[in-house]
Amino acid sequence: MIDVIVIGAGPAGTACAKKLAEEGFSVEVYDKRAEIGAPKRCAEGISEASQDFLGKIPERCIAQKIKGARLYAPDGRYLDAILSSGGFVLERKVFDKWLAEEAVKTGAAVQANTFISDMVKDERGYYAGVKGEFLGNEFMEKARVVVCATGAESPLRNKALGVFSKVNLIDSCIQYEMTNIDVIPDLIHIYLSGVLAPRGYVWVFPKGEHKANVGLGIIPQDKKPAAYMNEFLKLHPDMVKDMVANGFVLCGEAANHVNPIHGGGIKEAVISGQMAADTIAECLKKNDVSKKALSKFNEVWWKERGNHLKRVEKLRETLEKLSDADLNDLVDALKPEDIIEFARGAKLSVLAKVLMRKPRLVGIARHLL
Amino acid sequence: MAWNINNDKCLRCGGCVSVCPTAALELRDKLIRDEKLCTLCGVCEKACPVDAIKVAKQ
Repeated sequence: MIDVIVIGAGPAGTACAKKLAEEGFSVEVYDKRAEIGAPKRCAEGISEASQDFLGKIPERCIAQKIKGARLYAPDGRYLDAILSSGGFVLERKVFDKWLAEEAVKTGAAVQANTFISDMVKDERGYYAGVKGEFLGNEFMEKARVVVCATGAESPLRNKALGVFSKVNLIDSCIQYEMTNIDVIPDLIHIYLSGVLAPRGYVWVFPKGEHKANVGLGIIPQDKKPAAYMNEFLKLHPDMVKDMVANGFVLCGEAANHVNPIHGGGIKEAVISGQMAADTIAECLKKNDVSKKALSKFNEVWWKERGNHLKRVEKLRETLEKLSDADLNDLVDALKPEDIIEFARGAKLSVLAKVLMRKPRLVGIARHLL
Repeated sequence: MAWNINNDKCLRCGGCVSVCPTAALELRDKLIRDEKLCTLCGVCEKACPVDAIKVAKQ
């Protein structure tokens, strides 16, 4: 029997596997897709600071270096926020394979093209393995702990912990990777508009001189994103309070660990995978993988990330209330450094202060404080 | 049929799976629905970005 099975070879799963393998545990990662990292469902942007958790991202994973963001109001006026440390637009199919390679280098095994259909329990009722299918053959593999890092698109998180995404808390998105377009390549471009993208935004993330990910996300409604454009679905968090069961841990997007303001999930996935690994390693050493022992992951994650992301979520709820006229005023009232604060998940008082600069937004600002 | 998927339209994004409250949907090479678990609540239809799912209340 191996120590840990990880379902899903995305950023959360491979980060978790790498840490556990470094600690000397035997780890097997399964991914349902034939090619790790493809097809992407991601705008591919990440901050340079994320390398604090990831390690240095190799050049081959980077499609474009970014120095900041241009935020457009509905009426077309814009504001440039230049970051002191910039960011990257990645090539996810290369990036995800690099993450998987890093996990394999430390001793984890990664197997693609493997569909995990269910989890199995032992005589104590603890999760203790998985059932799956590889190259047309069904198999069962046993482990001391099962980690679910499937992203949001698997029913396994629901089967184990009753976790699913609330439809009013997700954005339904469409993205094209487009070429032959004219963009300033070292800025990401964000368009706010309740008319163009109700309760969401339009993004243009350049990947070189004339190429970009162009996407649009909106609250699910009768008029579909496909009516504007075409592909993908991304989550805003309704963060899962309890991410563990006996012998089972949920991490990454499967636990809705996504930044609520922009929907970015790579950094949160890696942090969550690493934190899960720390707790799992501790529990395996003590030979106690009960829900009680594993729930240390709940404590640590909520303390380090969850409460912070909750505040970011409140920011989003406020921004969603703004009309196009409010958004025009907001972009007018914002200073570049405010945007950088937002991107970091600034304190609510920062946004309130900005809103106070415009009389019509004072009411909304009061609500924040 | 009360629940219908148009596989030509479906992008395999998994959005419907993520919102399904009863774990009735599963994304393999195409979307699979477990009739025994499905309550025809319709959230999958709402979440779909391309109108590939149709649910008719009975």
